[in-house]
Amino acid sequence: MRLELADWRGLLRPGDVLVALGGLLVCGYALLALWQGGVPDGAVIRAGGKVVAQVDLARERTIEVPGPLGVTLIEIRPGRARVAADPGPRQYCVRQGWLTQAGAVAICAPNEVSLSLTGRAADYDSLNY
Amino acid sequence: MTPSTIELTPTAEDRRIARHAAAAIVLTVAEAAIPLPLPGVKPGLANIVTLVVLARWGWREAVWVSLLRVLAGSLLLGQFLAPGFFLSLSGALASLVVLGLAMHLPARWFGPVSHSILAAFAHIGAQLVVARLWLVPHDGVFYLTPVFALAAVVFGLLNGLVAARLLRELQRVSPPPGDPMER
Repeated sequence: MRLELADWRGLLRPGDVLVALGGLLVCGYALLALWQGGVPDGAVIRAGGKVVAQVDLARERTIEVPGPLGVTLIEIRPGRARVAADPGPRQYCVRQGWLTQAGAVAICAPNEVSLSLTGRAADYDSLNY
Repeated sequence: MTPSTIELTPTAEDRRIARHAAAAIVLTVAEAAIPLPLPGVKPGLANIVTLVVLARWGWREAVWVSLLRVLAGSLLLGQFLAPGFFLSLSGALASLVVLGLAMHLPARWFGPVSHSILAAFAHIGAQLVVARLWLVPHDGVFYLTPVFALAAVVFGLLNGLVAARLLRELQRVSPPPGDPMER
């Protein structure tokens, strides 16, 4: 009665292998499509509450955003962005470093500039119950 | 004893369905005792019986066995008419539809393993849709799709292999009276 591994393999027909591989493909596709929600694809820069720039994260660039205190320097790199320099006194938005998740926001309140990353499915930055 | 005015005579087919359904129910109850890391991911051992019945006795009997199993299994587990029951039912119905189509695939190429995997995908698909429309009206339901899909492949493969082997052993012991595919 005992079946060796080869016997089990004998129970598989050629199409079965294809169906199983197809199933794994669906699995991989679902994984990529559904679990990549956190990857950002663009950045929105606001000054004084108004959108001043809406850029994609595909290529490197530096954007200068004028505010009441001076110029905030925003650095865009493929897949991430940060506030490189800001005239504000406490430098919170600069010290936040690179933003890499969709939905992440850096706010330079004194200079009224904000940088936020957008994505197909932005993650929540907080949840309350 | 007062003779009954209604005489129900079970046919050989009725007995066979009852026997198979009983086996499937036992597997359902036994499976409920296995602790599983994630709700919703189950081996679905009872489907081995459905696959065997499908291959040996045809789609109609497989439908009977599968639906009786869902009904009686839920009664035994105290799940009847609870959300879990409707998830099982929708999964079973979708699987049966897909099995009804898949059994017409060329048998030389596609065996019980194919049927099993395809039915497993139909099962999770229907369950996700029902869950999304009714239980959790939020797209977050689909977040676990990759896990369910992987479970469908793995358990579909294992159940299919077990069914294929059972069919081979059964073929040796008692060949069915005529291939249901040709009936």
